[in-house]
Amino acid sequence: MSEHIVKSFDDELSQLNAAIARMGELTQSQFATTMNALRTRDVEDAAMVIRDDIDVDALERDIESRAIRVLALRQPIARDFREVISTLRIVVELERISDFSANICKRVIALNSHSPEQWLVEIGELGELAKKQLADVVTAFTERNQEKAITVWACDEQIDDTYTGISRRLIDYMKADPQHVAIGAHLMFIAKNVERIGDHVTNIAESIYYLVTGNILDAPRPKGDKTSLDQVEAEA
Amino acid sequence: MTNPNIPLATTSSVTLVTPPPGADAKTGATAAPPKMSAQGLDFYYDKYHALKNVSLDIAERKVTALIGPSGCGKSTLLRIFNRIYSIYPRLEAKGKVLLDGDNILDPKYPLNRLRSKVGMVFQKPVPFPMSIYDNVAYAIRHYEKLSKADMDVRVEEALRQGALWDEVKAKLNQSALGLSGGQQQRLCIARAVALKPEVILLDEPTSALDPIATGKIEQLVEELKERYTIAIVTHNMQQASRVSDYTAFMYLGELIEFGDTTTIFENPTKKMTEDYITGRYG
Repeated sequence: MSEHIVKSFDDELSQLNAAIARMGELTQSQFATTMNALRTRDVEDAAMVIRDDIDVDALERDIESRAIRVLALRQPIARDFREVISTLRIVVELERISDFSANICKRVIALNSHSPEQWLVEIGELGELAKKQLADVVTAFTERNQEKAITVWACDEQIDDTYTGISRRLIDYMKADPQHVAIGAHLMFIAKNVERIGDHVTNIAESIYYLVTGNILDAPRPKGDKTSLDQVEAEA
Repeated sequence: MTNPNIPLATTSSVTLVTPPPGADAKTGATAAPPKMSAQGLDFYYDKYHALKNVSLDIAERKVTALIGPSGCGKSTLLRIFNRIYSIYPRLEAKGKVLLDGDNILDPKYPLNRLRSKVGMVFQKPVPFPMSIYDNVAYAIRHYEKLSKADMDVRVEEALRQGALWDEVKAKLNQSALGLSGGQQQRLCIARAVALKPEVILLDEPTSALDPIATGKIEQLVEELKERYTIAIVTHNMQQASRVSDYTAFMYLGELIEFGDTTTIFENPTKKMTEDYITGRYG
């Protein structure tokens, strides 16, 4: 885009952009640390992610207040309007992703060293999918690339499918021995949190598509999480 | 960049774009039936080619905003719609402007009929130096002979439509020059509607008014469009987006983009339109 006649308007928009990019990086690094802490059972790193969540919250409030200021004082229209509206949407999604990381870390601390290797590997693979999706969506935003946003949007199903498999196997794991339930419940929430991160990444992809094209991505969202449809079997 | 670990879902079957309903950006045609229609219109100020092959529909009982930088031809276009240019020598319009299907540029089209059907309000309020009552009655007397009682009714009706009646009913015989700028502009609108026109042309009607007076005029435009077809020239983007159903963006005498106002202000097709409305033009 060419520059505004009023230069300070450009400055405000590029500052918003830079802040979102910074928040994107922070959220990615938090999630990477989270998955690593889970895999290596590192409670210190987990505690650090929980502490850092406050920084992401502060960044969210700062970006929101700046975006609202631009709306109120500049009254942006067309592409400029979409930039600010998308900013307001995306910060909320990134903040939620950061909350999920923090929640996973609390469970890493709760599990301490008791999580079985098999599950850490499986959930680790799910985390890799989500990490890639998160990285791709941040790139799509930075490059204002709707094709990349659509690719991310369409790939969420893969995360959902993987989560569905883990969830069903975790139920079997818990059924096999009541001693497994406490650990299994934590692992189930951890896997669900990763799956939810995928959903928030999808929301960001939709905002990017709107930002770039001005159109709403109104196709039915790919949904692969089938666990809520699983029938509960009656106890014998 | 695609993720090699994740099989790509096909996106070809996905409906990604909802085409907005309404106007045709290429032809300047509206979905609503046109009351007026410029067709292949060229205009010359002597040798200066001010409008270049402009085709644009003005939809019936809708508000059409004409926007664009100074000198783009938007006011010229408005002035052709009631042939006000014809009072000046060496000005020439080529092409057609249809009003209910009749070409108003045809010299045989009676000017009186045109002016009674197409009213105009200018940037600066121009009250006549006479009473408020006579400002409205003056134009009516040109066209109709009415009894005092009938004239009173017509004047009241026009002032009510101009959203001015309550403010002036106690001082109808006072000079219109004593009214505030906003009141004067509403008086001009009342004067225009007093002739029971079908089309009202507004040329930057609020550029000299404060926000309260502007708000009153905008509210009035919203009410008037139930009865009249309205075309408004404005430099205020927010005003165009607030009051109009359709927006035409003009540049250097050409119609660059035309569409329903929501589309033009949310997601214009042409980069030039977007640059202009977002303050990037220059």
